[in-house]
Amino acid sequence: MTTKQKPIQGKAFVLGKNIDTDQIIPAAHLVYSLSDPEERKLYGKYALSGVPAAESGLPQGNIPLTNEDATKSDFSIIVASDNFGCGSSREHAPACLEIAGIKAIVSPSYARIFYRNSVDGGFLTPYESVEDLSTKIHTGDELEIDPEASALINHTQNKTYELKPLGSVAEIVHAGGIFAYARATGMVPK
Amino acid sequence: MGMTLTEKILAKHSGRDRVKPGDNVWVDVDVLMTHDVCGPPAISIFHREFGDDAKVWDKDKLVIIPDHYIFTKDKYANRNVDVLRAFAAEQDLPHFYDVGTDRYKGVCHVALPEEGFTRPGEVLFGTDSHTCTAGAFGQFATGIGNTDAAFIMGTGKLWVKVPETMRFVFEGTSLPPYLMAKDIILKIIGDIGVDGATYRTMEFAGPGIKVLTMEDRMTLTNMAIEAGGKNGVVEPDEITEKYVKARTDKPYEKFYSDPDAKYFSEHFYNLEELVPMVAKPHSPDNKATAEELEGVRLDRAYIGSCTGGKLSDFRAAAEIIRGNKLKIDTYIVPATTEIARGLETETLLGTPLIDIFREAGCKIGNASCAACLGGPSDTFGRLNQEEVCISSTNRNYPGRMGSKAAQVYLASPYTVAASAVTGVITDPRVFIQETVI
Ligand code: SF4
Repeated sequence: MTTKQKPIQGKAFVLGKNIDTDQIIPAAHLVYSLSDPEERKLYGKYALSGVPAAESGLPQGNIPLTNEDATKSDFSIIVASDNFGCGSSREHAPACLEIAGIKAIVSPSYARIFYRNSVDGGFLTPYESVEDLSTKIHTGDELEIDPEASALINHTQNKTYELKPLGSVAEIVHAGGIFAYARATGMVPK
Repeated sequence: MGMTLTEKILAKHSGRDRVKPGDNVWVDVDVLMTHDVCGPPAISIFHREFGDDAKVWDKDKLVIIPDHYIFTKDKYANRNVDVLRAFAAEQDLPHFYDVGTDRYKGVCHVALPEEGFTRPGEVLFGTDSHTCTAGAFGQFATGIGNTDAAFIMGTGKLWVKVPETMRFVFEGTSLPPYLMAKDIILKIIGDIGVDGATYRTMEFAGPGIKVLTMEDRMTLTNMAIEAGGKNGVVEPDEITEKYVKARTDKPYEKFYSDPDAKYFSEHFYNLEELVPMVAKPHSPDNKATAEELEGVRLDRAYIGSCTGGKLSDFRAAAEIIRGNKLKIDTYIVPATTEIARGLETETLLGTPLIDIFREAGCKIGNASCAACLGGPSDTFGRLNQEEVCISSTNRNYPGRMGSKAAQVYLASPYTVAASAVTGVITDPRVFIQETVI
């Protein structure tokens, strides 16, 4: 299972530290169905709606992830400071970001359950950066993640940063989640 | 080299003689718990992956406790409970605590011990981050997401990375009369930070832990997640056994950390030297002493949740509230229906706790999570605007209890009650010393 990983490209959305799951998807919105194709779009609409306005889309702030009435975002890569996803175990958190169109997150560190949910559910890839990039990258910068080279390229600023290898979860990430992994390895019948 | 309590439980459940931190192991699951927020998506993933006719791996090991959004008119929230009800019927589940029946319990992390599901030495997963509460009973217990829960429903197994253990040793032989377990854990989280224990076990030990009741220990392990911990754990002793044996006759095995077990770090606290603590907005590690914040103006007080809505929490609050009129709106939410009954039967100097709260003008809610996590807009006690609240709950991130404009201070039930009486943040020692004399 060492298929080549495709690069991820898109605009950066930058956040600070300790972005908890109540900020990612406020509890009042946890009631919509994730399996209903129409209703699940509401998660895209409300993704990151709990982040205080001044801290949403740094360094400028006051940038929502999804525009009013939209369920998809123009941004595809979140760049955050430490401890992204702390708080509750709600899988609605990585799910809502995927529904909004986020493909990957880059943060120096994650809360454990959020990280695990992102990987096991195959929603998006949580990359660990070697340094905190939340003050170096600006919301709207054009980024590219090269998984093979473990590198993050900022095309807007012409800079390249190092990402940590995925380590022991790489196989689950590459398979696309815990079920795909378990089927590929024979743990669960195909 | 010896093993820690957590390592031993994970070794046993993965069929190995030993494990070490960093190992990825597949463990057999003894109990899987889910609730009304995460149960429905987990169920839909279970059917998607295992088929429409799939049956859960062991119906005696799946526990479903609706508790989050119960007393609301929100149609989506009520639909979620319907999904659980249909699934319990379809799978013929014996451990479903349905809303509107006399089986209804309230907050899952307090209901699990009450119903005998927190057995030492076992492995418990729950679709809720505060599942770590059950570690108070010497169990390995941690929160997971919907996909992992669906995986367990079909296979009875889950992969776990063996965590390193941080050991918190409590010295001292008694808890001062004004101090509660909440003060200890707020102090620890303030010291190590909200990511201070990420990926690790927090083991609470030392002579000081022996003087803590089961409810006190649950307050500690409950908030391991607020330091990012994978699990919190306490070695079982007579206090544990007395509690567990009164609620289940299932056999279990007790594990203890070896004297030569290897710890990531050790931290020492003398219980007799600690003082009442508060976490300021908007993070559980934003620590201060109650004394330092004396005089901060408040709009509301809230006593409830899995960490601060147990019977001992209300007894503590009643000691201070008794005979006083309150300056601010004060909400009382028992975690479970058993605790709600306890408020009627438990007395303080001859008066039932519930009467003490009523006479003081408290608003009393039904057993559930209520405003601990905000919830739908009609949730009891929810902060709907720019209010300042002191609360015995466990999280104060922006918007946690409702509005992003609200500010939440976390504190022990003693401190919350003392502050409710005065209307400003108040060190409870002022009241406790009076009571003691
Ligand atoms: S009481 Fe609060 S912290 Fe506890 S399970 Fe309910 S929402 Fe979560």
